Amino acid sequence: LPARERNGMRFNCLFPAFSSPGKSKEAEIKRINKELANIRSKFKGDKALDGYSKKKYVCKLLFIFLLGHDIDFGHMEAVNLLSSNKYTEKQIGYLFISVLVNSNSELIRLINNAIKNDLASRNPTFMCLALHCIANVGSREMGEAFAADIPRILVAGDSMDSVKQSAALCLLRLYKASPDLVPMGEWTARVVHLLNDQHMGVVTAAVSLITCLCKKNPDDFKTCISLAVSRLSRIVSSASTDLQDYTYYFVPAPWLSVKLLRLLQCYPPPEDAAVKGRLVECLETVLNKAQEPPKSKKVQHSNAKNAILFETISLIIHYDSEPNLLVRACNQLGQFLQHRETNLRYLALESMCTLASSEFSHEAVKTHIDTVINALKTERDVSVRQRAADLLYAMCDRSNAKQIVSEMLRYLETADYAIREEIVLKVAILAEKYAVDYSWYVDTILNLIRIAGDYVSEEVWYRVLQIVTNRDDVQGYAAKTVFEALQAPACHENMVKVGGYILGEFGNLIAGDPRSSPPVQFSLLHSKFHLCSVATRALLLSTYIKFINLFPETKATIQGVLRAGSQLRNADVELQQRAVEYLTLSSVASTDVLATVLEEMPPFPERESSILAKLKRKKGPGAGSALDDGRRDPSSNDINGGVEPTPSTVVSPRGWAIGAWGPPGATPSHLLLRTPSELGCREPPGGRLLRRPSYQGGNGDSSPPPPPRFVCKNNGVLFENQLLQIGVKSEFRQNLGRMYLFYGNKTSVQFQNFSPTVVHPGDLQTHILPLAVQTKRVAAQVDGGAQVQQVLNIECLRDFLTPPLLSVRFRYGGAPQSLTLKLPVTINKFFQPTEMAAQDFFQRWKQLSLPQQEAQKIFKANHPMDAEVTKAKLLGFGSALLDNVDPNPENFVGAGIIQTKALQVGCLLRLEPNAQAQMYRLTLRTSKEPVSRHLCELLAQQF
Amino acid sequence: MIQAILVFNNHGKPRLVRFYQRFPEEIQQQIVRETFHLVLKRDDNICNFLEGGSLIGGSDYKLIYRHYATLYFVFCVDSSESELGILDLIQVFVETLDKCFENVCELDLIFHMDKVHYILQEVVMGGMVLETNMNEIVAQIEAQNRLEKSEVSVLGP
Repeated sequence: LPARERNGMRFNCLFPAFSSPGKSKEAEIKRINKELANIRSKFKGDKALDGYSKKKYVCKLLFIFLLGHDIDFGHMEAVNLLSSNKYTEKQIGYLFISVLVNSNSELIRLINNAIKNDLASRNPTFMCLALHCIANVGSREMGEAFAADIPRILVAGDSMDSVKQSAALCLLRLYKASPDLVPMGEWTARVVHLLNDQHMGVVTAAVSLITCLCKKNPDDFKTCISLAVSRLSRIVSSASTDLQDYTYYFVPAPWLSVKLLRLLQCYPPPEDAAVKGRLVECLETVLNKAQEPPKSKKVQHSNAKNAILFETISLIIHYDSEPNLLVRACNQLGQFLQHRETNLRYLALESMCTLASSEFSHEAVKTHIDTVINALKTERDVSVRQRAADLLYAMCDRSNAKQIVSEMLRYLETADYAIREEIVLKVAILAEKYAVDYSWYVDTILNLIRIAGDYVSEEVWYRVLQIVTNRDDVQGYAAKTVFEALQAPACHENMVKVGGYILGEFGNLIAGDPRSSPPVQFSLLHSKFHLCSVATRALLLSTYIKFINLFPETKATIQGVLRAGSQLRNADVELQQRAVEYLTLSSVASTDVLATVLEEMPPFPERESSILAKLKRKKGPGAGSALDDGRRDPSSNDINGGVEPTPSTVVSPRGWAIGAWGPPGATPSHLLLRTPSELGCREPPGGRLLRRPSYQGGNGDSSPPPPPRFVCKNNGVLFENQLLQIGVKSEFRQNLGRMYLFYGNKTSVQFQNFSPTVVHPGDLQTHILPLAVQTKRVAAQVDGGAQVQQVLNIECLRDFLTPPLLSVRFRYGGAPQSLTLKLPVTINKFFQPTEMAAQDFFQRWKQLSLPQQEAQKIFKANHPMDAEVTKAKLLGFGSALLDNVDPNPENFVGAGIIQTKALQVGCLLRLEPNAQAQMYRLTLRTSKEPVSRHLCELLAQQF
Repeated sequence: MIQAILVFNNHGKPRLVRFYQRFPEEIQQQIVRETFHLVLKRDDNICNFLEGGSLIGGSDYKLIYRHYATLYFVFCVDSSESELGILDLIQVFVETLDKCFENVCELDLIFHMDKVHYILQEVVMGGMVLETNMNEIVAQIEAQNRLEKSEVSVLGP
């Protein structure tokens, strides 16, 4: 065979199915299974395979993997290829290992051995292969094995350029994965000097490395500023031919320039005047060059040039200290807003968002308002429209709020479904923040409900109720407006909720007008009643009882409604209960009692807007920044105090007071206890947090709760439906756990393709999986009535918040079934109880006194408060119970250590029951902030 | 950092998949499918950036893609990368493939999957940009080819 053909590995002869797309999926699977069986037998066969065949089969396995089929063998053959002396065999071996990463420790030992040999080989090609493999796998084990060697290779005088380049990125990867394994040292100074290297590729790699390292150790790398500036200045001022190969479509070294500009964004402006002068000169040169006519019509030329320009503008915005440059940047972006390249319009809108928050350029950004509004209306691409909406939000202030809000409302009518909710939140926030008169605010929110009622979340309409309740200057207007809105023949249910609530509280303010007299108000609301959901009907019933107090003349009519069989015997318990109780209340209680019970709602305490919290939750921190900083709008706080943030864990003193007359059960069962503040639905509006302090922890908390039943126990039924039951049994010791999952087929039909898999989403920021979970496969068929067992070995590597997911797929009678469950693995499972004396406890308690080390929660008891049960739960949770520590014998004190492979976290906890108030206060102190918060959340659900 | 590089054809068949952040195999496949559906519904000639799908991490990540004839090249990156820079990097990668395969087409990606990986490896390493100079990349690949040839001629049939 000619060499070219042999090396090309003619797949089409082997896998004709792949080259003809018309073939069915089944045919492909059949073909692949046959091929896999063939390869497996070749690997297992007695005849030793030669290097070429091994290479061929390993390559085929890679291809089969690409098509989405699991490959669970071949690793050993790949490792053998690694140790070959032949470059081509080694190369394919490394490729296989880095694409199909395997966590089998014996295998890793062999791989590490091969890598070690190659690193020591002094053959640059082999060294590069090894470095690539380490970087591509990037696991902690590899970090442990090689983190110490790589800096040496990187700064060694005799390393080839290509090796240096790879070593820099390899080190960067290991540092990102496990920063603790890469100690700074004598080599750091020499890495900085790589910025002066002759080879541009080495410089590019070194800049990436330094940009990452300097974030944690800014002082160690400070000298890079002046080197980066001089390098940048040399590139920027060079002619397009100077850098030869590194000139890309007439632009000198665009990638390196971008990286250098990024590096500089890690630091404040240079202190040294000379360096700073040189840098400002560079930035000006880039801005000037942007105005020059293009040297090529190719899009690559403009892309490369503009990549540098955008990064320059980012740096200018980052420094935020050169008004002249900021305004120039803004003008430049303004030109791009109307550029014919969509990409540039997108990026310009995005950069302008950050520019809008600088006080120097805020006004300049505002001048582009018409263009941005036009973009929102006319852009074909939803990504671009979304950026336009973001920019409008960022540039909004009191002077243009009315215009922006009305444009966003207009856009909402045609907006893509995907972004409607976000637009609704933004409009609601802007309307509240920049309201000069609250009638405009009320109009805006009602418009929101009218236009996009389905996307108006509870937070939004709770908020309007809070604000109306707190401001008596707008109550009359609000009542009048909702009354008018409700007259529309079809109005959204959220409108009925808001209308019902506001009329129930403030309907009296418009009752003087015969067109909105009490009977008219009542019949208007009641005309919507039958079309509404249970929650809304419950709210309306509360409105009716409030009407009886507000307007005694409606009493007879309303009692008639409450007495009707459809209410008194309603199948829904909540509705029935309300009808019965309200009816009795209205007939039994004297007018005075009625007036007291149904008194107008007291003002809500001012707190951070729940809408803002929701937007932040949606978009991550910083999304609400336009509101967070009062910098542009110092006058805002006095009028719109609603956005003043208050720490969400603080419970107002009234929380206890009201809770104290609350009933023990989860749903109040006595009418008199259903205070006005409960008026409405089961899920209380934001302000109702008073009664349910535990709800407050929900603000901004993004980690989904694990199955609460399993926090304090290890065995039980995890899931059950008509087809399948999943039972779980588990044991944990130190940082290790073993879990048995039992899958029971409840039907009489066989399940096919039964495949349960465990996935752990991991920590996105650090790319480290906090849990190592090993599973054994189970049989693909589960007979009717049979049960199969699966064993999971779990190792906790570091602390984590989200439990791993179990996803189960199978076919039942031909129909595919799939479900995803959270596995009951929570951080407290790795608790080891610790006994200690009172004195030690208090000493440690004091050591953990930083505010972020403590998490506290005050919450209502959901179960009877029994000391023995509580003890059992705390022990089940994993901590030791310490007697004679707390001076109050009613309280519980516990201590324990969370064991993970990477670290141990000491935890102290204290639980204070208040039997009279039926509430608990739970305090956790640990050395790691997220752990404190998370444990507190987990444990609080248990009582 | 580049989280993933996905190349698939107009029917969503993966042709080159490289993850630099570890995801379980099943999720990798789901990410490819999700990404395919995200880019498929976009017209040509609109912007080349969009927010990442939910599986890969949502709006913290951007998908930067180019569509060439039958193939989509999608890079999923975090906020530390320049969008236009990555767009050009895709171009460099494709131009390099074109040089190495002389008029690259989809079948080259299938039949020379190992080669394609090696070329990519010269451009991106562990999710970071290793080399952007096409001549340098091609020189590395040619050096590899020479090594390969020498091994075949010495040991081959």
